[in-house]
Amino acid sequence: MKYTTETIVLAVGAFVALLGAAFAQDRLFEAHMWVLFFVLLASTVFMLRRVSFAPAGGVKPADDPEGYFDEVVKYGVIATVFWGVVGFLVGVVVASQLAFPDLNIEPWFNFGRMRPLHTSAVIFAFGGNALIATSFYVVQRTSRARLFGGNLGWFVFWGYQLFIVMAATGYLLGITQSREYAEPEWYVDLWLTIVWVAYLVAFLGTIIKRKEPHIYVANWFFLSFIVTIAMLHVVNNLAIPVSFLGSKSYSAFSGVQDALTQWWYGHNAVGFFLTAGFLGMMYYFIPKQVNRPVYSYRLSIIHFWALIFMYIWAGPHHLHYTALPDWAQTLGMVFSVMLWMPSWGGMINGLMTLSGAWDKIRTDPIVRMMVMAVAFYGMATFEGPMMSIKAVNSLSHYTDWTIGHVHSGALGWNGLITFGAIYYLVPKLWKRQRLYSIRMVNWHFWLATLGIVVYAAVMWVAGIQQGLMWREYDEQGFLVYSFAETVTAMFPYYVMRAIGGGLFLLGAIIMAYNVTMTILGYERDEAPIPGAQPALQPAE
Amino acid sequence: MSILDKHVIFERNATLLLVGSLFVVTIGGIVEIAPLFYLENTIEKVEGMRPYSPLELAGRDIYIREGCYTCHSQMIRPFRDEVERYGHYSLAAESMYDHPFQWGSKRTGPDLARVGDRYSNEWHVQHLIEPRSVVPESVMPSYAFLKETPLEVTNVGMHLSANRAVGVPYSDEMIENAEADLKAQADPNADTSGVEARYPKAKFGDFDGDPAKLTEMDALVAYLQMLGTLVDFSTYDDASGYR
Amino acid sequence: METYTAMRHFADSWGLLAMTLFFLGVVLFVFRPGARKIADEAAAIPLKED
Repeated sequence: MKYTTETIVLAVGAFVALLGAAFAQDRLFEAHMWVLFFVLLASTVFMLRRVSFAPAGGVKPADDPEGYFDEVVKYGVIATVFWGVVGFLVGVVVASQLAFPDLNIEPWFNFGRMRPLHTSAVIFAFGGNALIATSFYVVQRTSRARLFGGNLGWFVFWGYQLFIVMAATGYLLGITQSREYAEPEWYVDLWLTIVWVAYLVAFLGTIIKRKEPHIYVANWFFLSFIVTIAMLHVVNNLAIPVSFLGSKSYSAFSGVQDALTQWWYGHNAVGFFLTAGFLGMMYYFIPKQVNRPVYSYRLSIIHFWALIFMYIWAGPHHLHYTALPDWAQTLGMVFSVMLWMPSWGGMINGLMTLSGAWDKIRTDPIVRMMVMAVAFYGMATFEGPMMSIKAVNSLSHYTDWTIGHVHSGALGWNGLITFGAIYYLVPKLWKRQRLYSIRMVNWHFWLATLGIVVYAAVMWVAGIQQGLMWREYDEQGFLVYSFAETVTAMFPYYVMRAIGGGLFLLGAIIMAYNVTMTILGYERDEAPIPGAQPALQPAE
Repeated sequence: MSILDKHVIFERNATLLLVGSLFVVTIGGIVEIAPLFYLENTIEKVEGMRPYSPLELAGRDIYIREGCYTCHSQMIRPFRDEVERYGHYSLAAESMYDHPFQWGSKRTGPDLARVGDRYSNEWHVQHLIEPRSVVPESVMPSYAFLKETPLEVTNVGMHLSANRAVGVPYSDEMIENAEADLKAQADPNADTSGVEARYPKAKFGDFDGDPAKLTEMDALVAYLQMLGTLVDFSTYDDASGYR
Repeated sequence: METYTAMRHFADSWGLLAMTLFFLGVVLFVFRPGARKIADEAAAIPLKED
């Protein structure tokens, strides 16, 4: 019988969750343990059925133990698409709640609980699954070795999904540390730590047993992402729980120190999760899709070390003009401005990889998507250093400008590069001739791009207007606007922002359909993109 | 082998790459964060700061639970407009007992660092139940359920103990009396001299308009009403806080 | 305050110089002529096979 131990461990886990619910010290922990119990129980039942349904005689040919471990990558791709649509949908809902507050349904679906759900779903569920799936795919290919650790890959994948479910249900129940992008409480954090160490072991083990003499640069980025996130996660989540059977904990740090620790984490969640990891993606999938090596491998070495060194200093720019000491603010600003250079090193490397194949932007919508992603990366990493200058930040901080900046990075860079990678991966993984529809990729590209442009432009205007209204004085030296008036002024922008987000969501739904049909083995009968090569990929 | 060729070792050794990148990413954090814990000018000395009373702490936990920080900051920057709108700029010492800090990052709603004593208890309750009945322009969700939800009063002492473990100076006496203090602060008929001695400037009485029940609304309003009220700025010397 | 001032002076002068020189050293090292072949080899890894 396959997976006997795993099934037993799941059943024991379900029982422990039941005990947790029975002896819970507070209502929220009790509710959360019930959730955990039902999730683990359902998983156990699923595993049991799987076992008993296995045919007695003919053993199904196991996954080729010599070849690449791609089954987990397939699951990762599906999870990425699924969580992406969920995360974008919640985003459109919270955006609408800001325009139409009646859409709040208390207590579980109030904005304060939904917004962390949106940010975590997009960053950790969509982005995290994309990173796990692509890093497993890339490290095997560029090391020419099977993923290390046998079923460890499965543990990483399913363990991470459990983390997502526990985090998401926790937010809706009201279980949160209020640390932005690190909201899950102590027990969920501990679980993620275990999963993350397993991820590191699987990834590093594969590199160590590689048959290729060099460690390809994409793996440098993936590795630094995994290691740094481990460090950030552990330090930022240091806390003392009230009870080992309760959901509440108190942060180990307070006030100023707590604020800097949190934004050291928060900024480097952007720097390493959303930048270094996705640069790893860029360094593999762009060369593959355009079929030529990266523009300058040596530039990639320099910008790698410069990027990881400088990013870690930039956190204090989230705390300009606060009670944080001035020297730390200045240090954060200086490094943030310098960070512009290594960031653009990556952008140049990504864009120039196309030199000699620029026509593919016209003929291949997947290449176009990847190029647009890198362009948005360049734009966001120019805007970021600019906003970290204290004089600019005094206007932009606390306003929707920040929200616009984050989304041009997250939707433009992380979203589009992931979509590009998915469109590359799906036919390869499921061994299809081509995607179900290339023209739908084109539709997705334009919907997403239009959505991002609407979103970012509207948030610039909204943020700058908001900042200027807050500080506007009349001739007598009185403040012109009450706070409530500045809220009213945001209404049209909030509506347009929701529309921009809706366009992006629509694109993602088209992708989900396209990917599903490709996996099911269909090919849409359609005219090829003018000028494109026939559907066949070049011989590989 | 010449020194230049040794680069190959580095490029080809996974463990070295791991250690190297971990080393590189540690530097910035150590240089920036570690000094905050020992440089004495990080947090200036200020009169009046004290740990949260048990009821205020329970209210603060509700503030955190509901994600109020996603729309409200508690950090007034030293600009003319902010000081006029919200009050004296925030001092580092004012969040010295905040585990975690609640400075926030976005103002969809106004800053709350000094919202205490600005409005009546009745206003807060009405505003939380139906925000648009008192501020028509507001986009805040309704929190009517707080008034219907009884406050959990078990383990109050454990909450204080956990805070003490991370450095908040709760005394044994405070921890022993935690549950009684919590109930007394929200009870208009209780003897509050003990609570007042332990937590100077604490606000007393029924907060949610229903003296018969101790609800989450009581706790949240008690917390909101004490925000920014501990430091007396009529006697505070700005020059002493200069960093 | 004493430590802080001393550290700040060091960071503004020798610390800055050392980091700049280190950075220039790394750039020269990476772009040394002999490294081209190794870099080209490594860059070709993803295109080798699937």
